[in-house]
Amino acid sequence: MNIPKDFFYTKDHEWARIEGKIAYVGITDYAAHSLGDITFVELPKINETLKQAGHCATVESVKAASDVYAPLSGKVLTVNTQLAANPELINQSAYEKGYFFSMEFSNETEKAKLMDAAGYQKYVEGIAE
Amino acid sequence: MNYIPHTPEDIQQMLATIGAKSIDELFKDIPEELKPKSFNLPASKSEYQVTQSLQKLSAKNAAGLVNFLGAGFYDHIIPAAVDSLSSRPEFYTAYTPYQPECSQGWLQAIYEYQSLICELTGLDVSNASLYDGGTALFESAMMALRHTGRNKIILDSGVNLIYRTMLYTYTSNLAIEFVEIPVAHGQSCREELFKYLDDKTAAVIFQNPNFFGAVDDYSDIVERVHKCGALAIASVYPISLGMLKTPGEMGFDIATGEGQSLGILLSFGGPYLGFMAARSQLVRQMPGRIVGATVDSDGKRGFVLTLQAREQHIRRQKATSNICSNEALCALRAAVFMSLLGREGFKELAEHNYQKAEFAKETLSRINGVQVKRSSPTFNEFTVLLPRQADEVVQRMIEKGFACGFPLGRFYKGMDNYLLVAVTEKRTKEEICRLADSLEAVL
Repeated sequence: MNIPKDFFYTKDHEWARIEGKIAYVGITDYAAHSLGDITFVELPKINETLKQAGHCATVESVKAASDVYAPLSGKVLTVNTQLAANPELINQSAYEKGYFFSMEFSNETEKAKLMDAAGYQKYVEGIAE
Repeated sequence: MNYIPHTPEDIQQMLATIGAKSIDELFKDIPEELKPKSFNLPASKSEYQVTQSLQKLSAKNAAGLVNFLGAGFYDHIIPAAVDSLSSRPEFYTAYTPYQPECSQGWLQAIYEYQSLICELTGLDVSNASLYDGGTALFESAMMALRHTGRNKIILDSGVNLIYRTMLYTYTSNLAIEFVEIPVAHGQSCREELFKYLDDKTAAVIFQNPNFFGAVDDYSDIVERVHKCGALAIASVYPISLGMLKTPGEMGFDIATGEGQSLGILLSFGGPYLGFMAARSQLVRQMPGRIVGATVDSDGKRGFVLTLQAREQHIRRQKATSNICSNEALCALRAAVFMSLLGREGFKELAEHNYQKAEFAKETLSRINGVQVKRSSPTFNEFTVLLPRQADEVVQRMIEKGFACGFPLGRFYKGMDNYLLVAVTEKRTKEEICRLADSLEAVL
């Protein structure tokens, strides 16, 4: 299972890669595989204000439609426009080409509510059992 | 034979489990006045007796009237092939097509229905149908609210009052701001509308022809609506699209309507047919089922239910709508009806309706004291001002053998003397002249 080291994770299987005040957001490899072939993703609007743990996107796969929750609070800067035509990028490259959007996060302390790679690894293993 | 499967012991056990002492206690929330006085049903009757009493009931219908009544539902010719094809057991007895491998016929029929609705409305995608014109309009408003993330809806008061009431009822627990724009000289009042149109507006909703029968070109309004980032929605009378500009041509984002006039019998309360078509960008916000064409593993053409992730069985409480059914048989009738007429036939049908209504306008306007409203063009329905209360006139005309129209005072304040008259292709020159003579006699 692919869980990059320096990322942050939520219990709902979103990841955040943080560069200064900016966070890149997507769903984890584990989530993408559990959903099956992803057919569509509904992304937030640019400049939309997100709240940590609030609904920010929806992923549709051949099996289900799932909500995606914001890992941090802040404002959406860019969205991954590639996903509209190629939603399979999420299955193929969950942490790079399949990212959802970038955001400027507003509250540094919220990071404490997220898991690190080791924590998420343990969490996922817990679900598998 | 006892039809109640529960023994008294079963019932006691169930009551004990849920903590109710008796059946009466279980139903104590039902107000006393709503409870039946007794469950003593009359003695059973034979098949013959039942037929007799039902026939007696149906004889109370004023079925033989010459019909000039429209107001949302219209008396059109239905070719016999519509009944014949839609009553085939392959269609009539089939359940909803969940399994594409054994429902290809049904899926193809719905696919063709959708294609015809797209052509008729000039829009990109149609769903497999909804319950009726009112639910379709409500669902289109919900699409706009979701698509824009806004909560204000501007409604033209030329939209059928029944539809407006349904919109208010369905959304009564949602925080939606409704603004109703008055109709001026039969048409949508642009000045008023633009006052309320802003960046909080999710949708502007019109009906064409509107409830008074007035036809309008909404292109200019639609352009302004789009500049505000809102959606433009039109509820349309499908037969009129044989000659009028389509919603697509006027730039509308969503078109809905009552499909009854497409080969469905007039009956009190339905079943009727709600149709809906939209621009392709909105397809994921569309409610209900959508049938798509595809190819199977051998490359042969086939049909499936598509984009189901919008629907309740996958998206659960976040589905685009709680409607996951459709009016399949009524949609089939519509598809057969439209196919039988074809493109040219449909145009001809619309032309007949228009010409006959124009003739009726001429004829009625010759009656002393009767004023036919001409401030805007109409299709097959128009407004007439009478020298006395329209409700009263309608009653007297029934005695003369006519359903002469809809008294507008029932839906609009201050319009007690106005009558809404519809003339379809069914009405003959002779019937129209007799209508005028009888009207003259009762005034």
